[in-house]
Amino acid sequence: MPDAPGLELIAHEINTRHEGSVLGTTYDHEQAALLIGPDSALKVLRYLKEAPGQEYSFLASLHAADYLPRTPRFAVHYELLNMARVERLRVKCLIEDPGEDRLPETDSVTGIFPTAEFHEREVYDFFGIVFRGHPDLRRILMPEDYVGWPQRRDFPVGGDPVIFTNTEDEIPGWTKGS
Amino acid sequence: MQRGILDEEALEEYVQERVITTTFDKAVAWARGNAMWPATFGLACCAIEMMSMVSARYDTARYGAEVFRASPRQADMLILSGRVSIKMAPVIRRIYDQMLEPKWVISMGACSSSGGMFANYAVVQGADKFVPVDIHVPGCPPRPEALMYGILKLRNKILGEPDLGWRDQYEGHGTEEGLRSERAGAISVERAGSAPADGRLVGTATPTAEQLATEARMLAAAEDAQRPISDDAGVPGPDRDLA
Repeated sequence: MPDAPGLELIAHEINTRHEGSVLGTTYDHEQAALLIGPDSALKVLRYLKEAPGQEYSFLASLHAADYLPRTPRFAVHYELLNMARVERLRVKCLIEDPGEDRLPETDSVTGIFPTAEFHEREVYDFFGIVFRGHPDLRRILMPEDYVGWPQRRDFPVGGDPVIFTNTEDEIPGWTKGS
Repeated sequence: MQRGILDEEALEEYVQERVITTTFDKAVAWARGNAMWPATFGLACCAIEMMSMVSARYDTARYGAEVFRASPRQADMLILSGRVSIKMAPVIRRIYDQMLEPKWVISMGACSSSGGMFANYAVVQGADKFVPVDIHVPGCPPRPEALMYGILKLRNKILGEPDLGWRDQYEGHGTEEGLRSERAGAISVERAGSAPADGRLVGTATPTAEQLATEARMLAAAEDAQRPISDDAGVPGPDRDLA
């Protein structure tokens, strides 16, 4: 785990090579995270995987979060691991909500980490975040014909009202008489 | 006992003692209600309680519901033991459709009855959205005694009040499985002896000539059997002198 100064060094190194790709850093509970934009995910992750001295060669997890009502609303989290040094680094790719009809987009990292394929399908399944360049982007856990993105914060919680014998009179068309 | 051993009054008494009369409906319901074989189908943690129902401690074999059949073709009862996810619902529906009539469904526990604690996007909020449920057993999970009580309730329904079935509740008459051509004129075992609920003709109204001839033959045979036996026509044997 890089400490807070180490994290700043990494951010500075990336920004000298790819100008303006790291938007900021957070260091909470001894966990280091880089904040990046949706367009720089590919080059940042490729640098962290391949550059000498970094070599975060293992993508432990890829998941998303919905920060509604904050903006940018969505973030895709990449949990990187250097197995030789046992160091973990989190990269948060912040994505704006493009509006009602369109889906948020970012680049797929399956070219760098092949394990990201199913993870990105899961993120697409639950958050509706589209990964450009993904080889087979379709739902993975929910039914194929499901409509909606159920892990978003504006997705309604809870199922349908349940009909009990004491409430069935209030449901029109349920009892024979009504 | 051989023919001719008892005279007419004694014979009548003998028959009265040993024969009961009932309706075909009741006999069929008695047979059905005492051997409800569940399908081997566990959904979640309620399945653990369902499995212990057949153990020696609870012993649901006392009610004839211990034979968990691995094939839905051999099962009479589907116990929905746990939460039903929306991807599992079509699978359950297919299993239900594969079961042969008559068939019953017990919704076991809060989750399959109403969604329970899983009030979210992944779980069907109540199994009676996709299968007709006969008995809802409350609990989270219900103890095996509770499930057995539900099975006994279902048994009482089958034995005593078969008209309380889901077809009346959901107005589903005419959905009995089988070929439509077979159902059209045949006497439905389900509805035999009661008025057709949907106005559909159950059974043939007028007997055909062939049926009349068969009936006449049977009557003649019955008269032959009642004719008193003459001395030299009887079957020789040790009991012969008693007559």
